[in-house]
Amino acid sequence: MIPNDAPFHCEDIQVSIADKEVVKGVSLTIRGGEIHALMGPNGSGKSTFANALMGHPSYTLTGGKVYIRGKDVTDSSPEERSRRGMFLAFQYPLAIPGVTVANFLRAAVKSHAADETEMKGFRKTLLANFERLEIDPAFATRYVNDGFSGGEKKRLEILQMLMLKPAIALLDETDSGLDIDALQIVSKGINYMMGPDTGALLVTHYQRILNFVKPDFVHVFMDGRIVRSGGPELAHELEEKGYEWIENEVKAAVEAG
Amino acid sequence: MQKQNPTPETSPKSELNLREDYTSRYGFSDPEEYLHKAPKGISHEVVEMISRLKHEPEWMRQFRHDAFDAFLAKPMPQWGDTELLNSIDFDNIHYFLRSTKGSERSWDDVPDNIKKTFDRLGIPEAEQRFLGGVSAQYESEVVYHSMREDLQKQGIIFLDMDAGLREYEDIVKKHFATVIPPADNKFAALNSAVWSGGSFIYVPPDTDVKIPLQAYFRINAKNMGQFERTLIIADRGSRVHYIEGCTAPTYSSDSLHSAVVELVAMEGAYIRYTTIQNWSNNVFNLVTKRAVAHTDATVEWVDANLGSKLTMKFPCVYLMGERARAEILSVAFAGDGQHQDTGAKVIHAAPNTTSRITSKSISKGGGRASYRGLVKAYPNATDCKASVECDALLLNSNSRSDTYPTMEITGEDVRIEHEARVSKIAEEQIFYLQSRGLTEDEARMLIVNGFFEPFVKELPMEYAVEMNRLIELEMEGSVG
Repeated sequence: MIPNDAPFHCEDIQVSIADKEVVKGVSLTIRGGEIHALMGPNGSGKSTFANALMGHPSYTLTGGKVYIRGKDVTDSSPEERSRRGMFLAFQYPLAIPGVTVANFLRAAVKSHAADETEMKGFRKTLLANFERLEIDPAFATRYVNDGFSGGEKKRLEILQMLMLKPAIALLDETDSGLDIDALQIVSKGINYMMGPDTGALLVTHYQRILNFVKPDFVHVFMDGRIVRSGGPELAHELEEKGYEWIENEVKAAVEAG
Repeated sequence: MQKQNPTPETSPKSELNLREDYTSRYGFSDPEEYLHKAPKGISHEVVEMISRLKHEPEWMRQFRHDAFDAFLAKPMPQWGDTELLNSIDFDNIHYFLRSTKGSERSWDDVPDNIKKTFDRLGIPEAEQRFLGGVSAQYESEVVYHSMREDLQKQGIIFLDMDAGLREYEDIVKKHFATVIPPADNKFAALNSAVWSGGSFIYVPPDTDVKIPLQAYFRINAKNMGQFERTLIIADRGSRVHYIEGCTAPTYSSDSLHSAVVELVAMEGAYIRYTTIQNWSNNVFNLVTKRAVAHTDATVEWVDANLGSKLTMKFPCVYLMGERARAEILSVAFAGDGQHQDTGAKVIHAAPNTTSRITSKSISKGGGRASYRGLVKAYPNATDCKASVECDALLLNSNSRSDTYPTMEITGEDVRIEHEARVSKIAEEQIFYLQSRGLTEDEARMLIVNGFFEPFVKELPMEYAVEMNRLIELEMEGSVG
């Protein structure tokens, strides 16, 4: 039974890109306090899945339903999903030249605020999050992702996440390209965000980040489907044996009928 | 069941509505009450009348007539938007309109309706808050002029051009038309023949004018021609920042604005000249702006063009002395029915001179923006550096942007960098911002604001706020 207030739930999601089916029926529930890892080889469709959940205009949802805290957002615009509590940390964050990080964050937080009074603590929260993520406050006056290093971009994604306090955070390969120090800081941010009413989905190729952000569930994603789910031990198994092992098992199971 | 992830509709409604509130904010008009209104059309008689009404010295009267001959002799430019240019009906324009007896030093003495106009445009308020001096021109002449006493005591001269000629004839005669001779181009010739109003500024050696001086130009009458003439001389080691703004009522028939602006930056002097051009969409804006920078001098043109039907304006700097520096920042918005043909020119005529040109334009709804630029270096101009950067943003597919850069380098050791980019707002950028809670319109606005940021941050704070407000207004229209 799915609790009505689960941060995230989706049913039988199917996604096509230019008439090619990439996600072939995925159902997933993330309850409050849960961290799920979605692991899979490159090109398995896991990134497409995450982006489609956020409402990316290039991806056609050919079937399925998406819920945030029990609310059906299948037909909602990306900004509505955001305001309802969904957050997508981008694998390749976009540069917005001329727009400072501070102004950008202010606009984002304001779009989530019920009224002006909610903006009162903005500056304080921002400074606290800078400190938490070990970001120089001078960062606030730089232009969004313009000339940022890979690590800086990812840190800014996490900063946005902390400012928006989502119910469900989808993190698309947030760990890729990070050195160990940056990975630890990013992980610290994710752990800080988690609470009894918060859920997270870590989309990743590697097990590495899972040393710092402990998942409750691990799902293996292949060819547009979740082919296996388990506990944290599944990630370690993948690390040891690679993806081929499961691939072969899945094939064998299909052949056995 | 086929279902597309919902994408915001790109209906005409969600386009940026550039300057949508223009009519209510700037496009209003006063009843036409004048002391002298020249009949439509131009002739030696009209030129003579203007000079006579102003009680000018003989040399200026003769200068005007000679310039008028040059105007007649010069062909229309054979380049640029020739179709629009050739649609100008020179016979359907009033070349001189006097609305008051003279320029007043107190707003209380300015006739009520004219004062109300400037109140509505926020000029007296701006003057009180952050300007060192203000000149307000209404039609052909300046109706209000004032400068802070402390600046007067420093020996700074800031007058309307007519008063400048009366009171400082020697200085004017020495510099007038030396930077832009009448025969420079057809519209400079026209201005030279019928010029009226504009600003005359002289800053004494080593004097720093710490707060900006501003002129505001208002056209009120239909079929009006405004031909202000500005001459700014910054003497050795002095500094000055001059700002001009302009608006006009929205009429269905055309008006003509053709100014000539000459700047002289003496040794080590610094001049910044900021323009926020916001004419209504029935104004032809054909302006010649040129500066001479002597040894160690710096001239900066900060030039924003939001309004007009057709603007042709290419602020120019002649770098005449060693180590002189030019910086030109040109920004243009071209909406429906507008062609912003803007750019910059720099002539390196001395060694070790540097220049930087930055041009940014946005075209939307069928609007057209052109960048036209020239960087020239003479053989003696060794060790020069020049950079040109053009950025154009197209907001929809029926808009247009063109770049016409020209480089004429005859000198050696000249380092030139040139970059030109035309871009559209990427769908991915919009999605990124939407995923943070912004609507598509808000996302576009943020991107547009960011695009203009390098310009806006060059403005005094009060103008930056106004510029941002103008840009935000585009969005307001698009939501409703």
